[in-house]
Amino acid sequence: MVRRILLIEDEPNIIEAVRYILTREGWAVDTHSDGATALSQVARRRPDVIILDAMLPNRSGFDILRDLRADAATAEIPVLMLTARGQQKDRDLAERLGADRFMTKPFSNAEVLACVQALAGAD
Amino acid sequence: MAPIGSRIRARRIDLGLRQVELSRRIGISAAYLNLIEHNRRPIAGKRMADLARELDTDVQVLTGAAFAPLTGGLRDVAARSRGATADPASAEDLATKFPDWAALMIAQDRRIIGLERAVDNLSDRLANDPWLSAALHDILSSVTAIHSASGILVDDPGIEPDWQARFLRNLHEDSQRLADSAKGLVGYLETGDGLERGLASPQEELEAWLCTRDWHLCEAETGGDPELPPGLSSGALALARAHVAQYQRDAETLPLAGLRAGLAACDGDTAFDPGALIALAGGDLLCLFRRLASLPEGVAGRPVGLAVCDGSGALTLRKPIEGLAMPHPGVTCPLWPLYTALSRPMTPIRQRIAPPGRDAQCFATFAVSVPDLTGGFDRPPVTTAAMLVLPDDTPGPALGVGPYCRICPRNACPARREPSILADTGLG
Repeated sequence: MVRRILLIEDEPNIIEAVRYILTREGWAVDTHSDGATALSQVARRRPDVIILDAMLPNRSGFDILRDLRADAATAEIPVLMLTARGQQKDRDLAERLGADRFMTKPFSNAEVLACVQALAGAD
Repeated sequence: MAPIGSRIRARRIDLGLRQVELSRRIGISAAYLNLIEHNRRPIAGKRMADLARELDTDVQVLTGAAFAPLTGGLRDVAARSRGATADPASAEDLATKFPDWAALMIAQDRRIIGLERAVDNLSDRLANDPWLSAALHDILSSVTAIHSASGILVDDPGIEPDWQARFLRNLHEDSQRLADSAKGLVGYLETGDGLERGLASPQEELEAWLCTRDWHLCEAETGGDPELPPGLSSGALALARAHVAQYQRDAETLPLAGLRAGLAACDGDTAFDPGALIALAGGDLLCLFRRLASLPEGVAGRPVGLAVCDGSGALTLRKPIEGLAMPHPGVTCPLWPLYTALSRPMTPIRQRIAPPGRDAQCFATFAVSVPDLTGGFDRPPVTTAAMLVLPDDTPGPALGVGPYCRICPRNACPARREPSILADTGLG
């Protein structure tokens, strides 16, 4: 069965690169760029893993994560949080809100892949 | 590194030459050339030179020496890319087939190293400077895209041509974006001492020059002209001359000696009162605010910040104060007392303010706006508003202000213009 991942990120070239490396490994990758409608995309796509950027237009990734964890239907979906700022307070906030993993930009392709595979395995 | 024979074979095939034809030209048998091409016989010296000549290339290209620096550079890129699993052969392939792109990737890698170093050095400024925060976010996003695309090109020698072309195009786009962002950032950071032409707005150039003088122009205190720094843009030069002229008029209205005496007389007052200081030293509020913000170090007895705007709300001068991100042109929080004063001309506004943050320092602000009628009584007045900012450690309520909506965590703010990209910390 094909595993499905939802990449919520607003940088087109990052989307393209991450989609390529995950697709190459057999993942079905859906992408979305708007924070305001991200939750409805999660409900519609029902992904096995979510990659969620912290800084999105219209709604922050942290707010989205908070709502994901508050909804029984999405509370268990593994989430990898991405941020361009590696400050400890961001990391602490992501952890407090229920992110399974936290990764700081710039990241390597191998790191993303390993992280997603680990999250899928732990699912 | 690919063996020499394999490189000879690849070059011959690229040229559409048959083994028989090439071997005839250099005077060996086709069978022997076949052994060379399959790396089962060594080749060097005159025969190598003959082959290079017939293949219309250099010996260094066939031996791989010509691409060694690029190959080594690409390996360094891969080594610094945490978790990358690029094999040496693919690095050489990339260097050989796309030397210009390989050179670009290496140059970008070096730029990334420099920028990451700059990011480390500036990390403590991120929380206080919204422009810097946004600029670094842009740079890190470009770096991430470049990092991922170059990683794919290095790691995946079997990448399809369409994807390869797409990632090369992305590399080009992101490197251009990175170059633009880096140029803007360098200009922003260097305005403190470099003041390089074209790297900042004229106003930022002026403010950067004033920072180098600690905002005090001793020459202008007595009507003299301070030496302006070389390299100012023409716009900044005009602003600097206007600032010096205003400084000279203010110094004449409120001389340093009188201001010192007034401050000394007010020393010990529990609450700083600009009105009381004017009564002692003279002048008007706008003049007093500018003078207080340009005193020699230590005279005011406390740090002093200043923001000035015109009738449209456009900021025309900002003297920073530690612990507070001053309003940024074009995107400012509308709750600053500076704008309250603008809506109530001639009415002094005193307001205690608190920037976002759990342990943020509070500040006392004094603001006023004054219409200038020198253009004529029947013409629209030209209004100037100024806001003096002083640290305030006394307890009490404070108005929450932010840098600007996009990076302000107070989501429930009634003055919000656009959603924040930050989580609400509940500190609003």
